Amino acid sequence: MSQATLEIRRISGHAGPAPGAGVERAQQVCKLVDTTTCIGCKACEVACLEWNGYTFSETVFDNSYQTMPETAWNYWNLIKFNEHESPDGKLMLLMRKDQCMHCAEPGCLAACPADGAIVQYANGIVDFQQDHCIGCGYCVSGCPFNIPKFNPSTKKMFKCTLCADRVNQGLEPACIKACPTGCLHFGTKDDMTDLAESRAQQLREHFGFEKAGVYDPAGVGGTGVIYVLHDATNPEAYGGLPKNPRIPWVVRLWKGPAKWIGNLAMLGGIIGVTLHYLRFGPKQVEDHRDQKGGQA
Amino acid sequence: MSVSHVVSSSRTTSDDGDRILRYTLGERVNHWIAGLSYIYCLLTGLAFWSPYMFWMATIVGGGPAARFWHPWFGLVFTASVLWMYKIWRSDMRATDADRAWWKAAKYYVRNEDENLPPIGRFNYGQKLFFWLMFYGVILLLLSGVALWFVESIPWSLRWLRYLAVAVHVAVALATIGGFIIHVYMATAMVRGGFTSIIRGEVSSTWAKTHHRLWYEQVTKRTAGRK
Repeated sequence: MSQATLEIRRISGHAGPAPGAGVERAQQVCKLVDTTTCIGCKACEVACLEWNGYTFSETVFDNSYQTMPETAWNYWNLIKFNEHESPDGKLMLLMRKDQCMHCAEPGCLAACPADGAIVQYANGIVDFQQDHCIGCGYCVSGCPFNIPKFNPSTKKMFKCTLCADRVNQGLEPACIKACPTGCLHFGTKDDMTDLAESRAQQLREHFGFEKAGVYDPAGVGGTGVIYVLHDATNPEAYGGLPKNPRIPWVVRLWKGPAKWIGNLAMLGGIIGVTLHYLRFGPKQVEDHRDQKGGQA
Repeated sequence: MSVSHVVSSSRTTSDDGDRILRYTLGERVNHWIAGLSYIYCLLTGLAFWSPYMFWMATIVGGGPAARFWHPWFGLVFTASVLWMYKIWRSDMRATDADRAWWKAAKYYVRNEDENLPPIGRFNYGQKLFFWLMFYGVILLLLSGVALWFVESIPWSLRWLRYLAVAVHVAVALATIGGFIIHVYMATAMVRGGFTSIIRGEVSSTWAKTHHRLWYEQVTKRTAGRK
């Protein structure tokens, strides 16, 4: 999935800056998912599988319309169903297309130790480069959305690419192409945000969803997938969409201050023992017999 | 202490005292299984720790190989340390002699060993290092298994994933601190220590200087047996 023609803004596990850091030439791409017009037909799931060359996975019945509990290494796009009782007692069947959110500040990339295994293109797409992946699973701990998945046979991590291969050729992602209700849109982040805000306003003003709003969480710098929700104050109801996702603080500590503290401590240890040797030298035990060996 | 006795080796007979067996062959082999597996985990672990040290994974076969073998060598290290626990546990308990020695440890650091009270087979610093590695390896094992099979931890218990990262990193750094001091003292600072863990023997002068109580114990017992 190498995208040599796209500039790279961030590289995981990279000693030194990314070649394309600070590039602002490219437009940020964005998927808009309007959960209020999704009918849960799963055409997007099938299109994703078809384009990326995977077969349909076995389903797991859990007394609901949910076909399987979460995305998988070979199943990147999954509709999350939730039978939700709204505060006024109405039953709502909430459906949300779950996939990689393509965070502006990706936790997977921050956690990844392998040089170039996760990259963020200048257009905002976060992509795994399996040829550089070492299969450690750190991205699993870094992601606040439970997206990266391990392929046990190849020992590499996989997730939604936002169809980087299609987008690179000027096409929209496969899921967008397949949506029959028009609840999926694709374009620049600015355009999608405008569209989402106007739809949310429409829901608030004309459809009685007073809490309708747009999900574009600031905790991860905004996302390359944004949602229109009937109730933006309760994203958890939409198949566990986190209310305020952030890169876990342990991961931020680990990849931030802890690295400096740890490196300085290790360096300090080596300097410390060297200085001790220079100041005090070795403990020699006098041993007349073993002079030749020098180590008695 | 049952493993230590005076060696009467034809190779080392001389007029100036005996060579004393400090580490049996089994102890030495186990020490080096632990040492080499630890060094492997250290190199690959540092590679995963920082991009600026990723080359350490390259010299042992590259990132995917390092990722594959790190947990297995970790298990070897764990088994080796648990074996050390089995054979050295009684030798590693802190005694009153150790506490007196520890109070005077500044003389040890300054190489003024004549001011130190006598101690047994291991000094208090060695004991601290042993217990650091023993409790360290238990924590590294528990957190390491969680990191190894991170996807087996359900999303609802993901705090365990984060805890595993924090514990593995913190404990690994602590053991690296101990390891730096251990290697320095055993190779550069206390001459004779490194040979003893390779060939197993120390001179009686060495034993008298560094571990007088142990020396008295083993020589007395062997003398009695003769």
